[in-house]
Amino acid sequence: MDTTWYLVLSALLFAVGAGGVLVRRNPLVILLCLELMLNSANLALLAFGRNLGNADAQVFAMIVMVVAACEVVVGLGLIVAMYRRRVPLDVDENRGLRG
Amino acid sequence: MEQVAFFAGAIGALGGAIAVIALRNPFYSVLALVVHLFSLAGLFLLLHAEFVAAAQVVVYAGAVMVLYVFVAAYVGGFEEPLWDAIPGQRILAPLVAGALFVELSIAVLGSGLKSLGSEGAVIPIGFGSPEAVGRLLLERFLVPFEAASLLLLIAAVGAVVLAARRPQPEGRVDREGTV
Repeated sequence: MDTTWYLVLSALLFAVGAGGVLVRRNPLVILLCLELMLNSANLALLAFGRNLGNADAQVFAMIVMVVAACEVVVGLGLIVAMYRRRVPLDVDENRGLRG
Repeated sequence: MEQVAFFAGAIGALGGAIAVIALRNPFYSVLALVVHLFSLAGLFLLLHAEFVAAAQVVVYAGAVMVLYVFVAAYVGGFEEPLWDAIPGQRILAPLVAGALFVELSIAVLGSGLKSLGSEGAVIPIGFGSPEAVGRLLLERFLVPFEAASLLLLIAAVGAVVLAARRPQPEGRVDREGTV
């Protein structure tokens, strides 16, 4: 398969994830949509790595996975803390920091 | 054969992604993301990234998704209300996402790079094997590797601090989310 196919699929997945971040209000689902975006970036990285015959991209993808895991851990910790404090799990209702 | 595998993986990944944002119960969204991750691991295999695909299935679809399922079950799978908090959000957000896709596609297709329209370079034997990736991680990318492990440690400590139960001040119900 041509590399372009992978890149266009990656762009499509990124757009779906970005749309999910914009349209959903549950912080848990917003975290899931961030995962979609990170994974689409991984797909583009690996497609370019395959195209160039260079395995450095695979190390980049592994590091992206580590960053995603860190983001998940901190994000889920925040969600559990919100739930414990009975803060509504709705990003539009938590507007205390709005300017 | 490769085309069939690519389109199967692409349909799985895209269907999973759309199901993540379309399903209203967060629990089902998590399960749709598992489907998405498995399909993506198949695509990684097509790209000769065997080790990354295995890590994707074991670490991502295994460990991280279990964490998500636990939190989704702990918090409770409630349905989101359908009303718009911001007027026009449900119309504008897909428009923005579509514009993003068009823009990215123009950037990819209009780049004029000839090698993008082909399979790319001839890859050496053992490309993407655990040995090759491990060698790169521990020789050339040793500092990023250690930085990533430090980042994981900080994230673990941060999660424990954030989610730890701590005594509330007397007579004060904290509803504003101030930590």
